[in-house]
Amino acid sequence: MELVEAIILAVLAASTPLLIAATGELVTERSGVLNLGVEGMMIVGAACGFAGAWLTGSILVGALLGIVAGTLMSLVFALMALGLAVNQVATGLALTILGIGLSGLIGAGFVGERITPAVHLHIPGLTDIPVIGRVLFGEDGFVYFSVALIVGVWWFLYRTRAGLILRACGDNHVSAHALGYPVLRIRTFAVMFGGACAGLAGAYLPLAYTPFFIPGMTAGRGWIALALVVFSSWRPGRLVVGAYLFGAVTILQLHAQGWGVGIPSQFMSALPYLATVIVLVLLSRARTGGSTAPAALGTVFVPDR
Amino acid sequence: MQAHQRMLDSTPNGQHSGDSPLLRTIGLTKRYGDFLANDSIDIDIWPREIHALLGENGAGKSTLVKSIYGLIQPSAGEIRWQGQRIVLSGPSEARSRGIGMVFQHFSLFDNLTVAENVALGLDGKESFKDMSARLEQVSKTYGLPLDPKREVWQLSVGERQRIEIVRALMQDPKFLILDEPTAVLTPQEADQLFIVLERLKAEGRAILYISHKLEEVKRLCDTATILRGGRKVETCNPRLETAASLARMMVGGEIKEVKAVSGRKTTVPRLVVNDLSLAPSEAHGVRLEHISFELKGGEILGIAGVAGNGQEELFAALSGERLAKDPGTVVIEGIAAGHLSITQRRKLGAAFVPEERLGHGTAPRMRLSENALLTGHAASGMVHHGFIDTAATLKTVDRATETFDVRKAKRDPEAASLSGGNLQKFIVGREILRNPAVLVVSQPTWGVDAGAAAVIRQALLDLASAGAAVLVTSQDLDELAEIADSIAVMFHGRLSAPLATSEATREKLGLLMGGSSLEPKEAAHAIGA
Repeated sequence: MELVEAIILAVLAASTPLLIAATGELVTERSGVLNLGVEGMMIVGAACGFAGAWLTGSILVGALLGIVAGTLMSLVFALMALGLAVNQVATGLALTILGIGLSGLIGAGFVGERITPAVHLHIPGLTDIPVIGRVLFGEDGFVYFSVALIVGVWWFLYRTRAGLILRACGDNHVSAHALGYPVLRIRTFAVMFGGACAGLAGAYLPLAYTPFFIPGMTAGRGWIALALVVFSSWRPGRLVVGAYLFGAVTILQLHAQGWGVGIPSQFMSALPYLATVIVLVLLSRARTGGSTAPAALGTVFVPDR
Repeated sequence: MQAHQRMLDSTPNGQHSGDSPLLRTIGLTKRYGDFLANDSIDIDIWPREIHALLGENGAGKSTLVKSIYGLIQPSAGEIRWQGQRIVLSGPSEARSRGIGMVFQHFSLFDNLTVAENVALGLDGKESFKDMSARLEQVSKTYGLPLDPKREVWQLSVGERQRIEIVRALMQDPKFLILDEPTAVLTPQEADQLFIVLERLKAEGRAILYISHKLEEVKRLCDTATILRGGRKVETCNPRLETAASLARMMVGGEIKEVKAVSGRKTTVPRLVVNDLSLAPSEAHGVRLEHISFELKGGEILGIAGVAGNGQEELFAALSGERLAKDPGTVVIEGIAAGHLSITQRRKLGAAFVPEERLGHGTAPRMRLSENALLTGHAASGMVHHGFIDTAATLKTVDRATETFDVRKAKRDPEAASLSGGNLQKFIVGREILRNPAVLVVSQPTWGVDAGAAAVIRQALLDLASAGAAVLVTSQDLDELAEIADSIAVMFHGRLSAPLATSEATREKLGLLMGGSSLEPKEAAHAIGA
């Protein structure tokens, strides 16, 4: 039983950065913008988050700094891809390269330093319930926040007028513009939200997952978050399922190695991507019309004046 | 529905109740760089009036209505609404003042529901639930049935337009702009629309109606303003004009009449389609079902039908963009070609002009000479031993330019830099200069101005006179009546038996386009007369 609890805890911890980053990217893509720079925004968020926490001793300051860093990175993207109508794929890839370099620069002085990681909730009685106690009542703040975030995003997208307008921009920017909606402004906000989430997801790694910073510590989680958005077919509900599934795969891969199961670890690492491809194939076969992806995703929009 | 102020006095044409127009533009000008899209346009719109806005492509109609709807800011001049000068910050302000618009290219969101689409066109002050209830009420009041829960991609073109109209009506506009609303409708659907418009007019609203269909304008509109080259040419009463005189004002001269050589001889079958059935290649596609026809040399067959009933799929199957399983389903010049590639079919003497000029008919960013090569490489001597004969490709461009009066800025510009009509003349010219035995052409004059359209139609007639078999798909019934010997109708992937053009009345074609079968009824006026 101890092992089950440990595995669930590990899965939750591994899934949380994926969930946060993918939630942000989901909103970005729902507005019609494909920002492939998630990995870059995450890693800068990780470096800045750690720096903030180490300098002030406050996890909260670290998290906020991660958010600010991710948002600033996304603004670079917004300026290029929305303001100057540069190709979004190229800009996103460039943003990742920029982020990796920048994080190395920012984090260089902090490699080898340690901080006290984020505290976990402890409610006497509840947290001590076997198996589920620590899972439900003994997590750090990031985990609870990530769940609240995705619920909030679902509510925003499907229950508010602003969410409807955002989805409309992602479906057909020409129509949205013709109806008088400021497409580029809406998309800029969506991109910034995506950047803030990616920055927070990155900061989670050195603030809660491992209490130190190493260069390249996001280790492809940004790409998995991107795959996750596709896997979820741009739906918040499926995104939650996907995030925990992908998190579980990464943890299983570690345990499988520990148990000496003869599956190469590289294969296990590739599983999330493989799953995404399979889901895409299944989705395109199952649906008879309409499009699952936001129809305007990744296309450049320049309004006429 | 709110109560509408009804004006009790019925005013004869030319006289208006009240002393000021509902909307007036004074010297409205819109400049793009050096180009004057609108040059000092004055227009008065009165309540209880259906006002037509006529003009060729590029005459400035869209620019004018965009200014009035607040989508673009005019460079000079002013707009007066109910006597007061207004500067619109955007469409939402226009809507809040009572100006509504139904776009030519629908501003709908395919993956959202009908109700969500309508909500996006409103200011959002009422709850979604109240809005849905009002939507149902308005659509019932005006006889425009809609299912609010369906997603737009599932709906027909007519239904989509209904969403646009209902959306505009829900704002209770005093003034409604309609941009070519009947271009995509069957004649029966258009008639239903006219009933709604007459009713709106009776309620005291004003309508600005953009259309290319002059007969329709004469029937429906009280006033017509004609634009040409960005300027206002005339404001007149269309009922006192003829279609020909309106067209003259639009073009600024006589339009060459298209003439068929009488007693064209038909020869051997050059394009035969035998029981062609084909599953759609994409989710939205239409399944072709048992299509058969025979087209002889010297013959022009027109295919009518509302867009999206399998015309694109049929074009793909004929051109070789999609291959049939059974080679015998498509026979070109007596040779089973259903399994042959596009190039192989071209070598048999076939030529193809697709509907979409940019991106299908031409590669937009490539020069005309390169585009000439793209369809002519197989059989026009432009390639020697794998090398391009640049001189030959340029000569093709020059010949097309000369023969079909293609107007362009330089000898060999990028395809995308040409205007729609000139590019279409080039594309049709490029194929006709190859002297094809079979020409399959889709929407030859869609979005092309009257002058260029006449040139293209004449070229198709001349090609048939020279012995080629010509298949024309078009949504423009007048065009088909003008050039085709017989007309068949596509509906849900099936092709009706061809009717001789002289017997193909608007009513008969309309019934076929709506999916009804022909029942013996008294013949109404023939459009081919």
